[in-house]
Amino acid sequence: MADQATFAEDTTGFMDSLYTAALRMTRNASDAQDLVQETYLKAYRGYGGFEAGTNLKAWLYRILTNTFINTYRSRKRHPEETELDDVEELYLFRRMNGRDGGIGRSAEDEALDWITDEEVKAALESLPETFRMTVLLADVEGFSYKEIADIMDVPIGTVMSRLHRGRRALQKALHDFGVARGLVAARQG
Amino acid sequence: MTGEKVERNINCRQALHRVYDFLDGEITPETRDQIARHLDKCAPCLRAFGFETEIRRLLADKCRDKVPEELKTRIAAVIDHEDKARAAVGGVTEGAEL
Repeated sequence: MADQATFAEDTTGFMDSLYTAALRMTRNASDAQDLVQETYLKAYRGYGGFEAGTNLKAWLYRILTNTFINTYRSRKRHPEETELDDVEELYLFRRMNGRDGGIGRSAEDEALDWITDEEVKAALESLPETFRMTVLLADVEGFSYKEIADIMDVPIGTVMSRLHRGRRALQKALHDFGVARGLVAARQG
Repeated sequence: MTGEKVERNINCRQALHRVYDFLDGEITPETRDQIARHLDKCAPCLRAFGFETEIRRLLADKCRDKVPEELKTRIAAVIDHEDKARAAVGGVTEGAEL
């Protein structure tokens, strides 16, 4: 059992990342603040039930996710599963390395320098909710498939399929920003 | 994953198909070795894997926000309030039991 007296000390370190997640989920600073506050209050109330020594970050994310789903999510349940276009594998890589197979400059690092923080955030926020949350938990927060499955209460296979599709769609969104800014050449075909 | 044969060599398509599982570390040691062997001798695939790694780093690095100080203060106050409310309820309960 966790001790409520150490709650603040134990959990304050996760506040930035929970706030980051809340911003991406709600796409709105005011809702994000309310969501984080609600999450901390619920976590504090339930802290006696948290098993000390287990994954505190995942536990907090589970509360955040449930609170978001119950309070802020739009009412429709699952239709957005199908709202994501199928995007091919390695979408961005294939477009940024040219037709020659990418022989020559090893410019992967620089190739991505043009992408700004705002564009990364906007690209992530452009994904349908379930994909957005899955990609966020995996790629921004580094949770394992199993942890994400627990946090979102879905089977691991669902986590994997959302990740695969979500990451590809994210790459397409980033590519579209690059094209819009004239930094990446639009490619026919 | 179903009925996956442990072949020594895999082709580019097979390797690239597992790029995310590989980067996520969510594969068996056998598959991991297969992919590593393929990357050792296939420069284009190695570049693709490197690129995907960079994208991942980009997401992790460029997607961070700092919680506003006022929110920290607000949360501390809410928890403090909750604490006091509980103490008050606890006091009443104890009193009632006497």
